[in-house]
Amino acid sequence: MKHTLSVLVENKPGVLTRVAGLFARRGFNIASLAVGESEDPTLSRITITIDGAEHPIDQVTKQLHKLINVVKIRELQPENSVAAELILIKVAAEGDKRAEVLQIAEIFGAKVVDVERRSIVVRAVGTNDKLERLLELLQPLGVLEVVRTGTIAIGRGRG
Amino acid sequence: MTPLTKMKGSQAIVASLEAEGCDTLFGFPGGVVIPLYDALFDAKHLRHILVRHEQGAVHAADGYARATGKVGVCLATSGPGATNLVTGIANAYLDSTPVVAITGQVRADLIGTDAFQEADVTGITLPIVKHSYLVKSPAEIPQVIHEAFHIASTGRPGPVVIDIPVSAQLSELTYKRPEGPQLPGYRPTVRGHVKQIRAAARALLEAERPVLYVGGGIVTSGASDELARLAQLLQVPVTTTLMGLGGFDERGPLSLGMLGMHGTVPANYAVHECDLLVAVGVRFDDRVTGKLSAFAPQAKSIIHIDIDPAEIGKNVEPTIPIVGDARHVLAGLLAELEKMERPSGRTAAWLRRIEDWKAEYPLHYDERDGVLAPQFVVQEIERVTGGEAVIVTDVGQHQMWSTLYFHYRFPRQWISSGGLGTMGFGLPAALGAKLGRPDKTVVDISGDGGFQMTMQELATAVNYDIPVVVAILNNGYLGMVRQWQDLFWNKRYSYTCIEVQPDFAMLAEAFGAKGLRVTEPDQVGDALREAIDCGRPAVIDFKVAPEENVFPMVPAGQSITEMIGGKATRRARGAKKA
Repeated sequence: MKHTLSVLVENKPGVLTRVAGLFARRGFNIASLAVGESEDPTLSRITITIDGAEHPIDQVTKQLHKLINVVKIRELQPENSVAAELILIKVAAEGDKRAEVLQIAEIFGAKVVDVERRSIVVRAVGTNDKLERLLELLQPLGVLEVVRTGTIAIGRGRG
Repeated sequence: MTPLTKMKGSQAIVASLEAEGCDTLFGFPGGVVIPLYDALFDAKHLRHILVRHEQGAVHAADGYARATGKVGVCLATSGPGATNLVTGIANAYLDSTPVVAITGQVRADLIGTDAFQEADVTGITLPIVKHSYLVKSPAEIPQVIHEAFHIASTGRPGPVVIDIPVSAQLSELTYKRPEGPQLPGYRPTVRGHVKQIRAAARALLEAERPVLYVGGGIVTSGASDELARLAQLLQVPVTTTLMGLGGFDERGPLSLGMLGMHGTVPANYAVHECDLLVAVGVRFDDRVTGKLSAFAPQAKSIIHIDIDPAEIGKNVEPTIPIVGDARHVLAGLLAELEKMERPSGRTAAWLRRIEDWKAEYPLHYDERDGVLAPQFVVQEIERVTGGEAVIVTDVGQHQMWSTLYFHYRFPRQWISSGGLGTMGFGLPAALGAKLGRPDKTVVDISGDGGFQMTMQELATAVNYDIPVVVAILNNGYLGMVRQWQDLFWNKRYSYTCIEVQPDFAMLAEAFGAKGLRVTEPDQVGDALREAIDCGRPAVIDFKVAPEENVFPMVPAGQSITEMIGGKATRRARGAKKA
């Protein structure tokens, strides 16, 4: 099972290195990590997803808390949070496969953001699961390149 | 100084250190710290000790911190100066000691260009610091130094690195005394949860075979009095880790001595049979627990008190976790217990069992004619100093004999490299300790291997007239590794024999210190007295039995009841097999 941590950190140089370095040296594998400025420009918010079966989430959280620049950590549960990831997929789309790519993209609410003679770039936003299914369907058509942002997540309501 | 004074960054460093109450600084100059050294030349309240190698500076700062409880400060130049601090920073990190390391850095505009003597010091030290700063603007200096001292010395203490480019030392700023740390993400929990403390009190009252397993947290938080009162009140035996030595007076009947790999038999047996384990300021290190699954197997309940929440549940899942400062929590626990009805004599049978173990498995070494036993030297050091000396050690066999054969009685009496096991720590740490506690006799018990790693600091000792006594238990081997080779590697002594050695007594004299050599047991006491009384740095070369082993010993990864060696323990082992 994947765990999602929302980590509020001071927006200072080197903070991301400290967070990433901690994961590396404690032997925790990061599944994805996304970082950007928060509502307060002095603070950044990092969304980290990790495989919870592999690592005790409790230890990860406690070790993160020890970093001086980490202000707050919240574990986001799927039922009371909203998560999304953005993916760009370059598909080889020649001849009759072209229509199929466009059709799959449409079903997933994905946008075609670039069309060339021999390829199409599809952009999709959604949960990790949804994007995995999209990729799976496009795979037989010839996926040339995939770029993803990693999950970002936010809690529901005002809590 | 007026509240707003214009000064250079270098002067602000000195002013900030003085404002934090720093009186001693261990350092070594170099290119990019020349401005800072220029400012130090005028410092009125700051004594600078010129070491002979940067590693000496950081260990000395560490020793000073351990002896006094204050922050130890060291200073090095960029590049090689800073990288020479790395071992000592890691050492302070593993043993949670408050050290602030200031390093010079190349000009801010040259960072990242592989400039002369440039090294990414904040990067290199990232995994071994509590926190670090790269100060590019001189205006940040006062605040950063203030925060560094705060971080190093509060919560679970640890080293903080401040890397300061020469450009920031040279530029001007308007000095303003900081009003407090601005660290929104740093709020150590000091007071324990009241309900948890109550639960712990109840568990203690219900226990019939409780053991207090205490470590460095007792010393750091100054909880020795509370610990002694708790142990007395409920008649609970106490075992300490290597880092906890001195936190509980070892002369009383409730003391079990140290536990773990080279712990005493009663300590390890008591932990094995206890029904309640009260762990205070400890981290269930592998050298203590041995095989984790076999550690304290009969404990129905484990209370773990520690200021670092990450230690709780890291290796052992406690029944009653309490996050907080050991002194506060133990005081709270005492207050609860004093309110409660306490059955008397509940642990009497348990204490009798422990007394039996103590009688059956005393520490033991063979006394042979004409052979100087290293254990005897340690016992003599206790006798000659009345047990009041501060004992500093290096790392290896002599360190373990020092834990076993000296009865520690007050906190900060014992200074040793625990977690990192850094050979070369002893002498420089002893210098720091002596400067911090000039009222105390300081004896550095060392090995011939470790001493040779930082022996150049004898020059520092002579230079600043720091009268420490170095007792080298010289067996001509890297003894601890040789012991493992003896016991587990078919006596194949691969590169553990030190075939060529200096004459340590002559070497000491060459440095301007006093040098003595002892080969016979009956010379030990006199030599120690002579070394202490001479009032100068002194080295005593004790030619001890070359192949003496440290016993008891639990082989790595085994249950702590699987002890080998020693007279009585051999019997115990034999009985087990039969």
